[in-house]
Amino acid sequence: MNENISHLESLKDIKSIMERSSRFITLSGKSGIAAGIIGLFSAFIAYQIISKYYKNYNYIGVWKTSDFKALEQQLFLLAATTLVLALSFGFYFTWQKAKIDNTNIWNASSKRLLVNLCIPLIAGGIFIIGMLANNEWQFIGPACLIFYGLALINGSKYTYDDIRYLGYLEILLGSINLFYIGFGLYFWALGFGVLHIIYGIIMWHKYDRKNEAISSK
Amino acid sequence: MSNPIEHLNKIFDSRIRLGIMSALMVNAEVNFNDLKDLMQATDGNLASHLKGLEESGYIKVQKGFIGRKTNTLYSVTKAGDKAFKEHLIALEKMIQSTK
Repeated sequence: MNENISHLESLKDIKSIMERSSRFITLSGKSGIAAGIIGLFSAFIAYQIISKYYKNYNYIGVWKTSDFKALEQQLFLLAATTLVLALSFGFYFTWQKAKIDNTNIWNASSKRLLVNLCIPLIAGGIFIIGMLANNEWQFIGPACLIFYGLALINGSKYTYDDIRYLGYLEILLGSINLFYIGFGLYFWALGFGVLHIIYGIIMWHKYDRKNEAISSK
Repeated sequence: MSNPIEHLNKIFDSRIRLGIMSALMVNAEVNFNDLKDLMQATDGNLASHLKGLEESGYIKVQKGFIGRKTNTLYSVTKAGDKAFKEHLIALEKMIQSTK
Protein backbone atom coordinates (compact mmCIF):
# COMPACT_ATOMS: atom_id res chain seq x y z
CA MET A 1 0.00 0.00 0.00
CA ASN A 2 2.73 2.42 0.97
CA GLU A 3 4.51 1.72 -2.23
CA ASN A 4 1.35 2.54 -4.11
CA ILE A 5 1.12 5.94 -2.47
CA SER A 6 4.70 6.71 -3.42
CA HIS A 7 4.02 5.77 -7.04
CA LEU A 8 1.04 8.08 -7.06
CA GLU A 9 3.23 10.78 -5.60
CA SER A 10 5.83 10.19 -8.31
CA LEU A 11 3.18 10.71 -10.95
CA LYS A 12 2.03 13.90 -9.24
CA ASP A 13 5.62 15.16 -9.12
CA ILE A 14 6.09 14.42 -12.80
CA LYS A 15 2.91 16.26 -13.71
CA SER A 16 3.79 19.25 -11.55
CA ILE A 17 7.31 19.57 -12.96
CA MET A 18 6.08 19.24 -16.52
CA GLU A 19 3.62 22.07 -15.82
CA ARG A 20 6.09 24.29 -14.03
CA SER A 21 8.88 23.81 -16.55
CA SER A 22 6.76 24.63 -19.58
CA ARG A 23 4.50 27.36 -18.21
CA PHE A 24 5.23 30.56 -16.37
CA ILE A 25 2.92 30.33 -13.38
CA THR A 26 4.48 33.02 -11.23
CA LEU A 27 2.24 35.66 -12.80
CA SER A 28 0.44 37.30 -9.87
CA GLY A 29 -3.28 38.05 -9.79
CA LYS A 30 -2.42 41.32 -8.07
CA SER A 31 -0.59 42.38 -11.25
CA GLY A 32 -3.90 42.17 -13.08
CA ILE A 33 -5.76 44.11 -10.38
CA ALA A 34 -3.13 46.88 -10.39
CA ALA A 35 -3.17 47.12 -14.19
CA GLY A 36 -6.97 47.33 -14.12
CA ILE A 37 -7.07 50.12 -11.53
CA ILE A 38 -4.44 52.11 -13.45
CA GLY A 39 -6.37 51.49 -16.67
CA LEU A 40 -9.64 52.78 -15.17
CA PHE A 41 -7.93 55.81 -13.68
CA SER A 42 -6.28 56.62 -16.97
CA ALA A 43 -9.57 56.23 -18.88
CA PHE A 44 -11.12 58.71 -16.45
CA ILE A 45 -8.32 61.26 -17.06
CA ALA A 46 -8.67 60.72 -20.84
CA TYR A 47 -12.38 61.38 -20.52
CA GLN A 48 -11.66 64.69 -18.72
CA ILE A 49 -9.09 65.75 -21.33
CA ILE A 50 -11.41 64.91 -24.22
CA SER A 51 -14.46 66.63 -22.75
CA LYS A 52 -12.37 69.75 -22.10
CA TYR A 53 -11.33 69.68 -25.74
CA TYR A 54 -14.91 69.37 -26.93
CA LYS A 55 -15.94 72.34 -24.81
CA ASN A 56 -13.57 74.48 -26.86
CA TYR A 57 -14.62 72.78 -30.03
CA ASN A 58 -15.87 75.37 -32.51
CA TYR A 59 -16.79 73.37 -35.63
CA ILE A 60 -14.23 75.16 -37.80
CA GLY A 61 -10.88 73.76 -38.92
CA VAL A 62 -10.86 71.10 -36.25
CA TRP A 63 -8.22 68.79 -37.68
CA LYS A 64 -5.29 71.11 -38.19
CA THR A 65 -5.63 73.44 -35.23
CA SER A 66 -3.08 73.60 -32.47
CA ASP A 67 -5.83 72.53 -30.06
CA PHE A 68 -6.06 69.17 -31.73
CA LYS A 69 -2.28 68.76 -31.74
CA ALA A 70 -2.24 69.50 -28.00
CA LEU A 71 -5.00 66.97 -27.41
CA GLU A 72 -3.08 64.36 -29.36
CA GLN A 73 0.06 65.03 -27.35
CA GLN A 74 -1.75 64.91 -24.02
CA LEU A 75 -3.46 61.64 -24.86
CA PHE A 76 -0.24 60.12 -26.15
CA LEU A 77 1.58 61.12 -22.96
CA LEU A 78 -1.26 59.69 -20.88
CA ALA A 79 -1.17 56.42 -22.83
CA ALA A 80 2.60 56.09 -22.40
CA THR A 81 2.40 56.83 -18.65
CA THR A 82 -0.41 54.30 -18.26
CA LEU A 83 1.59 51.62 -20.04
CA VAL A 84 4.73 52.22 -17.98
CA LEU A 85 2.80 52.31 -14.69
CA ALA A 86 0.76 49.19 -15.48
CA LEU A 87 3.88 47.27 -16.51
CA SER A 88 5.88 48.40 -13.46
CA PHE A 89 3.16 47.43 -10.99
CA GLY A 90 2.54 44.20 -12.89
CA PHE A 91 6.22 43.40 -12.71
CA TYR A 92 6.44 44.36 -9.03
CA PHE A 93 3.67 42.03 -7.84
CA THR A 94 4.92 39.14 -9.96
CA TRP A 95 8.43 39.69 -8.64
CA GLN A 96 7.04 39.64 -5.10
CA LYS A 97 5.24 36.37 -5.79
CA ALA A 98 8.44 34.89 -7.23
CA LYS A 99 10.18 35.77 -3.97
CA ILE A 100 7.47 34.02 -1.92
CA ASP A 101 7.55 30.94 -4.18
CA ASN A 102 11.34 31.07 -4.13
CA THR A 103 11.60 30.91 -7.92
CA ASN A 104 13.31 32.94 -10.56
CA ILE A 105 11.28 35.50 -12.50
CA TRP A 106 13.58 35.37 -15.52
CA ASN A 107 13.74 31.85 -16.89
CA ALA A 108 13.04 29.95 -20.09
CA SER A 109 9.28 29.88 -19.51
CA SER A 110 8.93 33.59 -18.72
CA LYS A 111 10.98 34.45 -21.80
CA ARG A 112 8.76 32.23 -23.93
CA LEU A 113 5.64 33.87 -22.50
CA LEU A 114 7.02 37.35 -23.15
CA VAL A 115 7.97 36.62 -26.76
CA ASN A 116 4.59 35.10 -27.50
CA LEU A 117 2.71 37.99 -25.90
CA CYS A 118 4.82 40.51 -27.77
CA ILE A 119 4.25 39.20 -31.30
CA PRO A 120 0.57 40.26 -31.57
CA LEU A 121 1.23 43.32 -29.38
CA ILE A 122 3.96 44.66 -31.66
CA ALA A 123 1.84 43.93 -34.74
CA GLY A 124 -1.02 45.82 -33.05
CA GLY A 125 1.28 48.69 -32.07
CA ILE A 126 2.47 49.12 -35.66
CA PHE A 127 -1.11 48.87 -36.91
CA ILE A 128 -2.25 51.60 -34.51
CA ILE A 129 0.69 53.91 -35.30
CA GLY A 130 -0.13 53.40 -38.98
CA MET A 131 -3.75 54.41 -38.36
CA LEU A 132 -2.65 57.50 -36.45
CA ALA A 133 -0.28 58.43 -39.27
CA ASN A 134 -3.32 58.37 -41.56
CA ASN A 135 -5.33 60.50 -39.15
CA GLU A 136 -7.57 57.54 -38.44
CA TRP A 137 -8.28 57.52 -34.72
CA GLN A 138 -11.76 56.01 -34.57
CA PHE A 139 -10.56 52.42 -34.60
CA ILE A 140 -7.81 52.77 -32.02
CA GLY A 141 -9.97 51.51 -29.17
CA PRO A 142 -11.21 48.40 -30.98
CA ALA A 143 -7.71 47.71 -32.37
CA CYS A 144 -6.16 47.91 -28.87
CA LEU A 145 -8.73 45.46 -27.50
CA ILE A 146 -8.57 42.98 -30.38
CA PHE A 147 -4.77 42.83 -30.63
CA TYR A 148 -4.44 42.59 -26.85
CA GLY A 149 -6.96 39.74 -26.86
CA LEU A 150 -4.96 37.93 -29.55
CA ALA A 151 -1.78 38.43 -27.50
CA LEU A 152 -3.42 36.88 -24.43
CA ILE A 153 -4.66 33.88 -26.39
CA ASN A 154 -1.24 33.41 -27.94
CA GLY A 155 0.46 33.70 -24.54
CA SER A 156 -1.98 31.43 -22.71
CA LYS A 157 -0.11 28.33 -23.87
CA TYR A 158 2.83 29.45 -21.78
CA THR A 159 1.11 30.49 -18.55
CA TYR A 160 -2.21 29.90 -16.77
CA ASP A 161 -4.76 28.70 -19.28
CA ASP A 162 -7.30 31.11 -17.76
CA ILE A 163 -5.95 34.14 -19.60
CA ARG A 164 -7.19 32.57 -22.84
CA TYR A 165 -10.77 33.40 -21.73
CA LEU A 166 -9.76 36.94 -20.88
CA GLY A 167 -8.39 37.10 -24.43
CA TYR A 168 -11.71 35.92 -25.89
CA LEU A 169 -13.57 38.58 -23.90
CA GLU A 170 -11.20 41.36 -25.04
CA ILE A 171 -11.68 40.34 -28.69
CA LEU A 172 -15.46 40.23 -28.21
CA LEU A 173 -15.46 43.71 -26.66
CA GLY A 174 -13.22 45.07 -29.43
CA SER A 175 -15.47 43.58 -32.09
CA ILE A 176 -18.65 45.05 -30.58
CA ASN A 177 -16.84 48.37 -30.22
CA LEU A 178 -16.32 48.45 -34.02
CA PHE A 179 -20.07 49.04 -34.41
CA TYR A 180 -20.29 51.65 -31.64
CA ILE A 181 -17.35 53.80 -32.63
CA GLY A 182 -18.18 56.84 -30.49
CA PHE A 183 -17.90 54.82 -27.29
CA GLY A 184 -14.29 53.68 -27.67
CA LEU A 185 -13.24 55.03 -24.29
CA TYR A 186 -16.01 53.19 -22.46
CA PHE A 187 -15.12 49.92 -24.14
CA TRP A 188 -11.46 50.58 -23.40
CA ALA A 189 -12.25 51.19 -19.72
CA LEU A 190 -14.33 48.02 -19.61
CA GLY A 191 -11.70 45.88 -21.38
CA PHE A 192 -8.52 47.16 -19.81
CA GLY A 193 -9.94 48.34 -16.49
CA VAL A 194 -12.90 46.30 -15.30
CA LEU A 195 -11.96 42.98 -16.94
CA HIS A 196 -8.40 43.17 -15.57
CA ILE A 197 -9.66 43.81 -12.05
CA ILE A 198 -12.20 40.96 -12.21
CA TYR A 199 -9.66 38.56 -13.70
CA GLY A 200 -6.95 39.63 -11.28
CA ILE A 201 -9.26 38.89 -8.36
CA ILE A 202 -10.25 35.49 -9.79
CA MET A 203 -6.62 34.55 -10.45
CA TRP A 204 -5.47 35.73 -7.06
CA HIS A 205 -8.27 33.81 -5.39
CA LYS A 206 -7.55 30.66 -7.40
CA TYR A 207 -3.75 30.50 -7.31
CA ASP A 208 -2.02 33.02 -5.03
CA ARG A 209 -4.07 33.12 -1.86
CA LYS A 210 -3.19 29.57 -0.83
CA ASN A 211 0.54 30.04 -1.29
CA GLU A 212 0.59 33.33 0.56
CA ALA A 213 -1.21 31.74 3.49
CA ILE A 214 1.29 28.88 3.58
CA SER A 215 4.33 31.10 3.40
CA SER A 216 3.10 33.47 6.11
CA LYS A 217 2.67 30.60 8.58
CA MET B 1 2.24 -13.47 -15.12
CA SER B 2 4.77 -10.77 -15.72
CA ASN B 3 6.05 -8.86 -12.79
CA PRO B 4 5.18 -5.18 -13.19
CA ILE B 5 8.13 -4.09 -11.10
CA GLU B 6 10.58 -5.31 -13.71
CA HIS B 7 9.50 -2.45 -15.95
CA LEU B 8 10.13 0.18 -13.30
CA ASN B 9 13.44 1.72 -14.20
CA LYS B 10 15.90 1.78 -11.32
CA ILE B 11 17.58 4.85 -12.75
CA PHE B 12 14.43 6.89 -12.21
CA ASP B 13 14.21 5.92 -8.57
CA SER B 14 15.36 9.30 -7.30
CA ARG B 15 12.98 12.24 -7.16
CA ILE B 16 15.51 14.56 -8.72
CA ARG B 17 16.17 12.25 -11.67
CA LEU B 18 12.45 11.85 -12.19
CA GLY B 19 12.10 15.64 -12.07
CA ILE B 20 14.92 16.22 -14.55
CA MET B 21 13.38 13.77 -17.01
CA SER B 22 9.91 15.33 -16.59
CA ALA B 23 11.23 18.80 -17.37
CA LEU B 24 13.23 17.59 -20.36
CA MET B 25 10.28 15.65 -21.80
CA VAL B 26 8.18 18.78 -22.27
CA ASN B 27 10.97 21.19 -23.25
CA ALA B 28 13.36 20.92 -26.19
CA GLU B 29 16.20 21.91 -23.87
CA VAL B 30 16.58 23.23 -20.33
CA ASN B 31 19.63 24.89 -18.80
CA PHE B 32 21.25 24.03 -15.50
CA ASN B 33 19.93 27.02 -13.56
CA ASP B 34 16.33 26.49 -14.61
CA LEU B 35 16.59 22.84 -13.55
CA LYS B 36 18.03 23.93 -10.22
CA ASP B 37 15.11 26.32 -9.71
CA LEU B 38 12.57 23.66 -10.62
CA MET B 39 14.01 20.95 -8.43
CA GLN B 40 15.13 23.20 -5.57
CA ALA B 41 18.31 21.15 -5.44
CA THR B 42 21.89 22.13 -4.66
CA ASP B 43 24.44 22.48 -7.47
CA GLY B 44 26.39 19.38 -6.47
CA ASN B 45 23.37 17.17 -5.96
CA LEU B 46 21.79 18.18 -9.26
CA ALA B 47 25.09 17.80 -11.12
CA SER B 48 25.63 14.27 -9.86
CA HIS B 49 22.14 13.18 -10.89
CA LEU B 50 22.61 14.79 -14.30
CA LYS B 51 25.89 12.93 -14.65
CA GLY B 52 24.13 9.66 -13.81
CA LEU B 53 21.45 10.23 -16.45
CA GLU B 54 24.07 11.24 -19.00
CA GLU B 55 26.08 8.08 -18.35
CA SER B 56 22.99 5.94 -18.91
CA GLY B 57 22.57 7.66 -22.28
CA TYR B 58 19.20 9.18 -21.36
CA ILE B 59 20.18 12.82 -21.70
CA LYS B 60 22.49 14.89 -23.88
CA VAL B 61 24.65 17.70 -22.58
CA GLN B 62 25.62 20.71 -24.59
CA LYS B 63 28.02 23.19 -23.10
CA GLY B 64 27.91 26.77 -24.25
CA PHE B 65 28.51 30.32 -23.15
CA ILE B 66 26.35 33.37 -22.71
CA GLY B 67 28.93 36.12 -22.65
CA ARG B 68 31.41 34.84 -20.12
CA LYS B 69 29.01 32.71 -18.12
CA THR B 70 28.77 29.03 -18.89
CA ASN B 71 25.38 27.91 -20.09
CA THR B 72 24.91 24.17 -20.04
CA LEU B 73 21.89 22.88 -21.89
CA TYR B 74 20.35 19.48 -21.34
CA SER B 75 18.00 17.59 -23.62
CA VAL B 76 16.50 14.11 -23.67
CA THR B 77 17.83 11.41 -26.03
CA LYS B 78 15.72 8.91 -27.95
CA ALA B 79 16.68 6.20 -25.49
CA GLY B 80 15.76 8.48 -22.59
CA ASP B 81 12.40 9.30 -24.14
CA LYS B 82 11.61 5.59 -24.59
CA ALA B 83 12.82 4.63 -21.12
CA PHE B 84 10.84 7.38 -19.42
CA LYS B 85 7.62 6.53 -21.24
CA GLU B 86 8.02 2.87 -20.28
CA HIS B 87 8.64 3.92 -16.70
CA LEU B 88 5.41 5.97 -16.72
CA ILE B 89 3.40 3.05 -18.10
CA ALA B 90 4.88 0.79 -15.43
CA LEU B 91 3.98 3.32 -12.72
CA GLU B 92 0.42 3.47 -13.96
CA LYS B 93 0.13 -0.33 -14.03
CA MET B 94 1.49 -0.56 -10.51
CA ILE B 95 -1.14 1.86 -9.26
CA GLN B 96 -3.97 0.13 -11.12
CA SER B 97 -2.97 -3.34 -9.97
CA THR B 98 -3.09 -2.41 -6.29
CA LYS B 99 -6.42 -0.59 -6.45
